[in-house]
Amino acid sequence: MIRLIGILVGLAFTFTVVWAFGWGAAAVIGQGYLVEETAEHEFHEHPKDVNFAHDGAFGKWDLQQLQRGYQVYKETCSACHSLDYVALRDLAQLGYSEAEVKAEAANWTVPGIDPNTGEATTRPGTPTDYFPSPYPNDIAAAAANNNAIPPDLSLMAKARHDGSAYIYSLLTGYQEQPAELLRRFPDAETGVGLYYNPYFPNLNLAMPPPLSDGQVTYADGTQASVDQMAKDVAAFLTWTAEPTLVKRKQTGWAVLGFLIFATVLAWLAKKQVWAPITPVRRKD
Amino acid sequence: MSFPWANQYQPKAPLMRYLDEKLPLPRLVYNAVGAGYPVPRNLNYWWNFGVLAGFALTLQLITGIVLAMHYAPNATVAFGSVEHIMRDVNWGWALRYAHANGASFFFVVVYLHIFRGLFYGSYKAPREMVWLIGVVIFLLLMATAFMGYVLPWGQMSFWGAKVITGLFGAIPLVGEPLQVWLLGGYAPDNAALNRFFSLHYLLPFVIVGCVILHIWALHIPGSSNPTGVEVKSESDTVPFHPYYTAKDGFGLGVFLIIYCVITFFQPNALGHPDNYIPANPLATPAHIVPEWYFWPFYAILRAFTVDLILPAKLWGVIAMFASILVWFFLPWLDKSPVRSGHYRPMFRKFFWFGLIPAMVVLFWAGGAPAEEPYVMLSQIATAYYFLHFLVILPMLSWLERPEPLPFSITEAVLGEDKKAVLGENTTPAT
Amino acid sequence: MATTTGSAQPEATAAGEGVRRRDFINIAAVSAAGIGGAATLIPLISQMAPSKDVLAESTTELDISAIEPGMAIKAVFRKQPVFVRNLTAAEIQAAEAVPTGSLRDPQSLAERTKEGHGNILVTMGVCTHLGCVPLGAAEGENKGEFGGYFCPCHGSHYDTAGRIRKGPAPTNLEVPDYAFTSDTTIVIGQESA
Repeated sequence: MIRLIGILVGLAFTFTVVWAFGWGAAAVIGQGYLVEETAEHEFHEHPKDVNFAHDGAFGKWDLQQLQRGYQVYKETCSACHSLDYVALRDLAQLGYSEAEVKAEAANWTVPGIDPNTGEATTRPGTPTDYFPSPYPNDIAAAAANNNAIPPDLSLMAKARHDGSAYIYSLLTGYQEQPAELLRRFPDAETGVGLYYNPYFPNLNLAMPPPLSDGQVTYADGTQASVDQMAKDVAAFLTWTAEPTLVKRKQTGWAVLGFLIFATVLAWLAKKQVWAPITPVRRKD
Repeated sequence: MSFPWANQYQPKAPLMRYLDEKLPLPRLVYNAVGAGYPVPRNLNYWWNFGVLAGFALTLQLITGIVLAMHYAPNATVAFGSVEHIMRDVNWGWALRYAHANGASFFFVVVYLHIFRGLFYGSYKAPREMVWLIGVVIFLLLMATAFMGYVLPWGQMSFWGAKVITGLFGAIPLVGEPLQVWLLGGYAPDNAALNRFFSLHYLLPFVIVGCVILHIWALHIPGSSNPTGVEVKSESDTVPFHPYYTAKDGFGLGVFLIIYCVITFFQPNALGHPDNYIPANPLATPAHIVPEWYFWPFYAILRAFTVDLILPAKLWGVIAMFASILVWFFLPWLDKSPVRSGHYRPMFRKFFWFGLIPAMVVLFWAGGAPAEEPYVMLSQIATAYYFLHFLVILPMLSWLERPEPLPFSITEAVLGEDKKAVLGENTTPAT
Repeated sequence: MATTTGSAQPEATAAGEGVRRRDFINIAAVSAAGIGGAATLIPLISQMAPSKDVLAESTTELDISAIEPGMAIKAVFRKQPVFVRNLTAAEIQAAEAVPTGSLRDPQSLAERTKEGHGNILVTMGVCTHLGCVPLGAAEGENKGEFGGYFCPCHGSHYDTAGRIRKGPAPTNLEVPDYAFTSDTTIVIGQESA
């Protein structure tokens, strides 16, 4: 009885979904293509190949590079982008001494309260403060940026596929819209106030190219080309997204080493335990 | 409840004897997973996954309880509290990655465990109850995992919650009020997040209870085995301890190695980058996908694209739930007297060349965007999925001629060789 | 105990060395599992210790230039009240006049202040009895019988050096670690060099 009901129910589901398949197939045949071609489909590019010192299973931070990246963030990105989840004290991890962190923190202006009147005011940052936001709230951010809210950068390297390379590619990827794109998709012309960038999912980005050669002066004398700055800030934002990245991999090796050792022992013990009852040929 | 030749628990130390009189907990463990539980001697490594699932459950409970000491289930601070765990709490990053990837590996292990049961006919009499409780555990596991994924309150958390609770909205008449009731609002917000946290903490303990029932029910008939032939004599079995504790110990080591490679070197590979963006009710991600372990069911949900008597959306919801509910009827749909797929020539073909490819397609299509050719492929796979369980399996028992079974487990272990014996000596290695 | 195999050929277990080697591998495997299990306790236990953000706020920097003699300020150090008092000459005299030996918790005022800053008394605002916040730091509050601090919970009286003089509290108000980074700035929670 259950089997008969089962067969009927099964046929009902099968028929319905095959029916849906029929309609879908008819639509595909009718329009002559599987997926409609769009400019995003055709011209979006995957992030460029770029190497960092922290890549790979044995990677370590390049502290010099992180410091340069911090400088790029401070002097360029921070005008519009916040770093909400990173504390100023975290800068100690970039190789700054305690005094340097304190001095660096004081360079930032954070919201404060006047101790006498209780009114909102500003004060120099201390290491326990978090990076201040450039805008008091989202509405102010949208209003100042043509309705496009600059995203928080703390987790950007983890919030995009292949995030570190994505940041680098986006910053170095601004270009003229290809003629072929305009020929095939005349409607996809980059609008006013937008900038063509094939590494951005919908190709048109509200952020103007933020970097230009020599924009910052690196303390360590590194040439501040757009490529160099993009790479440095991508490394810095990888660190802000996951400050524990290097420690994670190092811990991983210790754990794996132990596990492999223990598993070999477990394998030997298993063989040992099973040996007496494993079938053998009689020896007579 | 056990075979007459099972080892008897005989405590020697006075303290253990005292305990055995007052509260025979050691005896219970001895008879459940110790030397007092005789197990078929021919279990292969597919039989490791039950113990591994138990391990994964324990791992999730421990890491979860610890994470709850730092997590704040409030929509304004939930995302930040997860980042606080990742950055400031001692070892917080390790605990959170262990928990997030632990969920994935729990599903890997459970899927392999279910796959074992499906191929070797573990759901058949006399083990129907073991199977039914197992399906209940799986449903609870899905609910727990879904609510756990909402807690970080990222974009995928929010939109996943919105889509899944939206499914209830497809139910005629009561759907919309039900959805509002589930969420405690009109969209996922603080009320929903709080109750999801509460239930995410509660359900694992319900799962623990069901696991105890699952093991209890298993011990009535005893474990199945790859031949599907029931235990006939003492030579068919070995004590669980030390034989299968040793084998499970090795299996656990291999499991942990794979798990730790992912957790320490690719901890975000199984997640979605969008969940590192705080929840934003005003911006939908480009395409919403659940975690990978829900992809087959998500594919079935989306395969029903055309109204037919009922609205397409309702068909999808019914089919998605039905795809798991059919498992409840499996012991009575498949009435073939032979359990193991090894001795069922037609079943074997449908299993390897029908069900497995269909599942692969459903996994793949469920994670892909809702566009062609993925939708059409998932429709074919969905059709096969229902045909397999509801039409093919019931009919096979009429049509199929099983291959001859070995007389006993011992015979299967010894094979053709008349001179083979079961071991070098008869002294049990304890 | 039941035999676990159906073999018809009983053979003596290899005695001696064989048994020992077998035991060794099993013991090693079980020990490895034990060590692994114990190692996982490290993160599980240390996660409950103060997190980095809490540790970062474990010092308090105070500007004490505005405290007039005879006045005190109440500040927060590690989420607990701390009193900083600028003692008047009379208060210092009163504290020094008491023979140290007669005290429940013998300490002189000099031991409770920093050299060169004998008029600045920094104490925790936490009664050593059961942890209430004593009165006396703010103007107009009851300073107790000895002109220092008075704990209203169970009536502990502290003198001008913050020493227990009467009531149930067992010890003097705790002087936290602190250091002068300049003549007018102290950092509480930092040991003085």
